[in-house]
Amino acid sequence: MKNADLGWLRGKHMPSVVGQTNREANGWHMGDLAIELRGIDKSFGAVHANKNINLQVRKGTIHGIIGENGAGKSTLMSILYGFYQADKGDIQVNGAPTIIRDPNTAISLGIGMVHQHFMLVDNFTVLENVMLGAEENAVLNRGITKARAELKRLEDEYALEVDPDAVIEELPVGLQQRVEILKALFRGAEILILDEPTGVLTPAEADHLFRILEQLRDQGKTILLITHKLREIMAITDEVSVMRRGEIVATRETGKTSVEELAELMVGRRVLLRVEKGEANPQDVKLAVKDLTVRDSRGVVMVDNVSLDVRAGEIVGIAGVAGNGQSELLEAITGIRQAENGTVMLDGEPIRVTGEADPAELRKRGLAHVPEDRHHMGLVLSFEENENAILGYHYDEQFLNGPMLNLNNIRQEAAKKAEEYDIRPPDVRLKTANFSGGNQQKIVLAREMGRDPTVLVIGQPTRGVDVGAIEFIHRRIIEMRDAGKAVLLVSVELDEIRALSDRILVMFAGRVVGERTPDATEGELGLLMAGVEEAQEAAQ
Amino acid sequence: MDYFQIALVTLEATIRLSVPLILAALAGLYSERSGIFDIGLEGKMLAAAFAGGAAAAVYDSAFIGLLAAIAVSVGLALVHAFASITQRGNQIVSGVAINFIALGATVILGQAWFRQGGRTPQLDGDSRFQAVTLPFAETLQSVPILGPIYENLISGHFLLTYFAFAMVPITWWVLYRTRFGLRLRAVGENPGAVDTAGISVPRMRYMAVICCGILCGFAGAYLSMAVAAGFVKGMTAGKGFIALAALIFAKWKPLNVMLACLLFGFLDATAILMQGHALPLIGEVPVQFMQALPYILTVILLAGFIGKAIPPKAGGQPYVKER
Repeated sequence: MKNADLGWLRGKHMPSVVGQTNREANGWHMGDLAIELRGIDKSFGAVHANKNINLQVRKGTIHGIIGENGAGKSTLMSILYGFYQADKGDIQVNGAPTIIRDPNTAISLGIGMVHQHFMLVDNFTVLENVMLGAEENAVLNRGITKARAELKRLEDEYALEVDPDAVIEELPVGLQQRVEILKALFRGAEILILDEPTGVLTPAEADHLFRILEQLRDQGKTILLITHKLREIMAITDEVSVMRRGEIVATRETGKTSVEELAELMVGRRVLLRVEKGEANPQDVKLAVKDLTVRDSRGVVMVDNVSLDVRAGEIVGIAGVAGNGQSELLEAITGIRQAENGTVMLDGEPIRVTGEADPAELRKRGLAHVPEDRHHMGLVLSFEENENAILGYHYDEQFLNGPMLNLNNIRQEAAKKAEEYDIRPPDVRLKTANFSGGNQQKIVLAREMGRDPTVLVIGQPTRGVDVGAIEFIHRRIIEMRDAGKAVLLVSVELDEIRALSDRILVMFAGRVVGERTPDATEGELGLLMAGVEEAQEAAQ
Repeated sequence: MDYFQIALVTLEATIRLSVPLILAALAGLYSERSGIFDIGLEGKMLAAAFAGGAAAAVYDSAFIGLLAAIAVSVGLALVHAFASITQRGNQIVSGVAINFIALGATVILGQAWFRQGGRTPQLDGDSRFQAVTLPFAETLQSVPILGPIYENLISGHFLLTYFAFAMVPITWWVLYRTRFGLRLRAVGENPGAVDTAGISVPRMRYMAVICCGILCGFAGAYLSMAVAAGFVKGMTAGKGFIALAALIFAKWKPLNVMLACLLFGFLDATAILMQGHALPLIGEVPVQFMQALPYILTVILLAGFIGKAIPPKAGGQPYVKER
């Protein structure tokens, strides 16, 4: 509480708010604070989602919060909206300390939220959705009349036109989002939180949204914009806070920072891990991806006309900020997600990527896959270790005894792998959930690498893995390369990509925006990852 | 007996047989529209029928019997609510459990209390609902066609019958014209939207399930205290499941529920009427076939032949705030 009255003065001696001191000289008005968070802390079980968050948002500004997926942005905003309660910390709204127990409290404080996944009832009309929770009376008549009038007023005032009698599921996403904004304004929101609002929008719709936001700001509303897209931050915000791994690592005035600086803050400088590796000796192309386009379930293009080759004996790394299409690319190549068009050749033979591919068949053809999320896709946590060790290869004759599983062989094989990959504890009957993250990852790696694949596709090999295991895993990946395998590596850890890859492809917004050698500097790659050099490169 | 008489008798039976279906299906509608699937309509109805019959016999009052029926049914509904809302359990399992508890407990308690082989004592006079004769029924009797229709179809039913049919437009009004209804429909489609609008999802669902319990109580009371003069073991005889089928058949809409229940009631009435009679060309239709027809029709509907029955989107899923 001792900082309570210092307000922005704190900026003067905190390196994280460079530029504050010049603020007044530049004629910047230090408005009142709409929101102040102090020491907010939140854990979900073992996951520390928010660590000691301090944030100040001034009235009448657009304040951006940027960070990679999983940096804790959405959690923080959910706390502000009363969806979750912080374990520790204080919230002040308009200068008054408050406890936001539930969304109701937030709404009454004038906080409105536009969720990433719209909180709309699909088979309701716009009017019904806007009214829900703010109906005036037990009988709807009067509420309907009032809501119609209010919608008309908002439409006139902010140019937010939408037919009140349209049914939500028949509206395009851009309009659905507008309904979400109207919902918040209808409840008298003065502070509007938008969580990844452009994720589902076309560029034109996004531009329109930004115009609306600017207009709202000019009318005195405060806007908190959560995004992982640097370009949006630069285009529209007045100030920006960068989140990384649950912490706010910096707050900047948007006009006085640069994409480079923000990109670096977002990705962060991490301990450099160097792995001993010799020269690559690339041979024939083993995996050839051509013009691959993939849409996600909402119909948004996630992989946009991507082509790449991976040769035997080389590691091709795909760098990029999480959420730029890497996951979808991997899933399409490995037959988990249906692509819209394009071809993928595995060892010269085509894979059915646009139809119903069969991951099991791809396995037999020599495509091994270490999925990005081992809990979700790589393992069945409630299974014993030896069962997971053969998952996907359980039709191998050595594991079968007629129609039955040959448990002896399975366990012996698992024990052999456990020793080879240093899986601890070496107890193959132990439930997989009881292994540490690093050892779980080794179980998946042992299974996928141990079957002499032609092509190895690896997503996030060391996510949530301790340092010791990281080194081991990295060595194994290099060994695979030296054994003449074609390795395609996707990681959001730039250091990992640089340490392992022989060639680096950078993905941004679903496209491969550049290829670099591992000697490329972090800054150079960071710019590509932020999509900045894209325009220049296209021009050359 | 001429054809007019046969038609009158069949329609009169249709109404009598539809009433418990309408009450139970509307009960299910409140619950399922809020996202809580309720396979336990049968059990709640049976327990209510027993409680009503027993209380009415002991206190010699149909009104007290009705209250007891509602209280027991709401009690079971709250068990279902606790299991599926508060404890986020499986709604089907909880519903099935309630059916079994009702099936067993009514017989055991009935035998322990009244020693009549699981029956409750015969109700008469004040302890049983009496048919109401509407004014002018006898005066109009002599008017051709309209007279008998008024006397047999409109007049001469139990109060609960009129209540059941009145509940159809009332339910429609509640669902589409009140705040409670708006929130009820929303919570069954997207509880997240309700939660973020600052409304408690569990509270809404509890209220819906209690509505369901009340209506099941009425349905049970109708069975043991109006059409019959006392509780007989297993007297619901699958009506709760037919009501569930009617609810699906009606696509969870109140007016459709009434029509579907009348249709199923009509099938039941014709089944009784046709017993022992041979139809031209076809011959005698087994009564079992007629009894199975509601289920067959529902399966055909579910298979997509008669449009699509889309259940409330969040139905059957416990609400957990996502991370």
